[in-house]
Amino acid sequence: MVGPIDLFAAASAEGAWTVGEVTRRARAVVEAGLPPLWVRGEVTGFKAWRSGHWYFTLRDRAAQLRCVMFARENRRLPTEPTEGLQVFVFGRPTVWEEKGELRLTVVELLSTEQGGLWKLALEKARAALARDGLLDPARKRAVPPYPRRIAVITSLDGAALRDIVAVAGRRWPLAELLVLPARVQGDGAEDSLCAALALLGRVPALDVAIIGRGGGAKEDLWTFNSERVARAVAAAPVPVVSAVGHETDVTLCDLVADLRASTPSGAAEAVTPDRDEVSEGLAHLAQRLARSLRLRAERAVDRLERTGDRLSAAMDLRLERYGGRLIAYSARLDALSPLKVLGRGYAVPRDAHGAVLKRVAQLPSGLPFRLRVSDGEVAARVPVA
Amino acid sequence: MATTSPPPPPSPSSSAPDFGRQIERLEAIVRRLESEDVGLDEALQLFEEGVQRLRDAREGLARAEAKVKKVLVDGAGKLRLEDLDG
Repeated sequence: MVGPIDLFAAASAEGAWTVGEVTRRARAVVEAGLPPLWVRGEVTGFKAWRSGHWYFTLRDRAAQLRCVMFARENRRLPTEPTEGLQVFVFGRPTVWEEKGELRLTVVELLSTEQGGLWKLALEKARAALARDGLLDPARKRAVPPYPRRIAVITSLDGAALRDIVAVAGRRWPLAELLVLPARVQGDGAEDSLCAALALLGRVPALDVAIIGRGGGAKEDLWTFNSERVARAVAAAPVPVVSAVGHETDVTLCDLVADLRASTPSGAAEAVTPDRDEVSEGLAHLAQRLARSLRLRAERAVDRLERTGDRLSAAMDLRLERYGGRLIAYSARLDALSPLKVLGRGYAVPRDAHGAVLKRVAQLPSGLPFRLRVSDGEVAARVPVA
Repeated sequence: MATTSPPPPPSPSSSAPDFGRQIERLEAIVRRLESEDVGLDEALQLFEEGVQRLRDAREGLARAEAKVKKVLVDGAGKLRLEDLDG
């Protein structure tokens, strides 16, 4: 604490102070007398310089106060304050000597409204995305049922990657998981995520992509509310499943993605079929295959039998007709038979070898021979002369 | 990106069947076989194809081993696949 100011202590020889002496002294007094403090007011005259530093004025009905918020501080904020926004700022009062101006060096800036600047930023970005139709449900693409290549955009050392690898590997090991490493929070996370998303188009034969991270503080999830990241998700050449944080955290990235999963594990589940279920499905298909062929074969046999029946009916008919002709033929055969001649009283003499004896010379006296008559044979002999 | 047309990294190995197409074809075969108007010759042919595809699909399922790789971009802007350690 300073005591009463000795107005003459720093006076020059001429008895007047230089401007620099006054402002330097004023700065010392202000900085010593006013500790860093919270100030409430309305933002006006906001200007962000190329250097990244923000300059604005806080005012209320009675007064105004110049403020600066350097880039290294404002970088953590999701968006710039809008004109007229009611804010709380935390800063150190000082005097800007070059301008002789009382100034607050702000290190924290909060909107007084529920959700603060984060909400403001989110609403701005969401409105921009909606304007471009990127939140339209009709844009959403279906996730392919049996993926072969799944891209995973997340941090290499997060729990999210472990969960996704475990779940996808268990459910659908037929798919190859390609991890596109990215920073998911902090400085450079936005660029890193956008770069990884841009790579999707260069990975061939990709079926689907997962983007996400595990749960964390609101600020940690903020990157996934970035309008740039959301636009990169929307521009992805394959369906994107977003899984950021926990059940309750819904980010812009989730809204733009083709599918939102509540957790990284849930995302892995959403993009993979279950191997056991697919196995069962195959077994069912095998049954249907076998049954359908059996039915088809039975139909064929049926038809064959019916054809066979018709065939044998035709044969019967034909046999009947042939039968009549056979009887006629056999009658004619009968007429030619020598037995018929024998029936009329003739007989046939044959020697012991069966040769027919037709002439006298073949029948010398005393020769035994056999005589065939109509109903049998008898032994005979030529009488001895 | 500095490079114009980097060669793409290798496609998924041929051992990874396109399961979707396999299943779609199987379902089509079964539907056709179940229809009334399929001829016996065609039915037999379809059945054989179906059995082969079933066998392939089952083998694919049984054989599959999860592969995890990371995609890296080298200095020239080319993509490179590397096994994920651990």
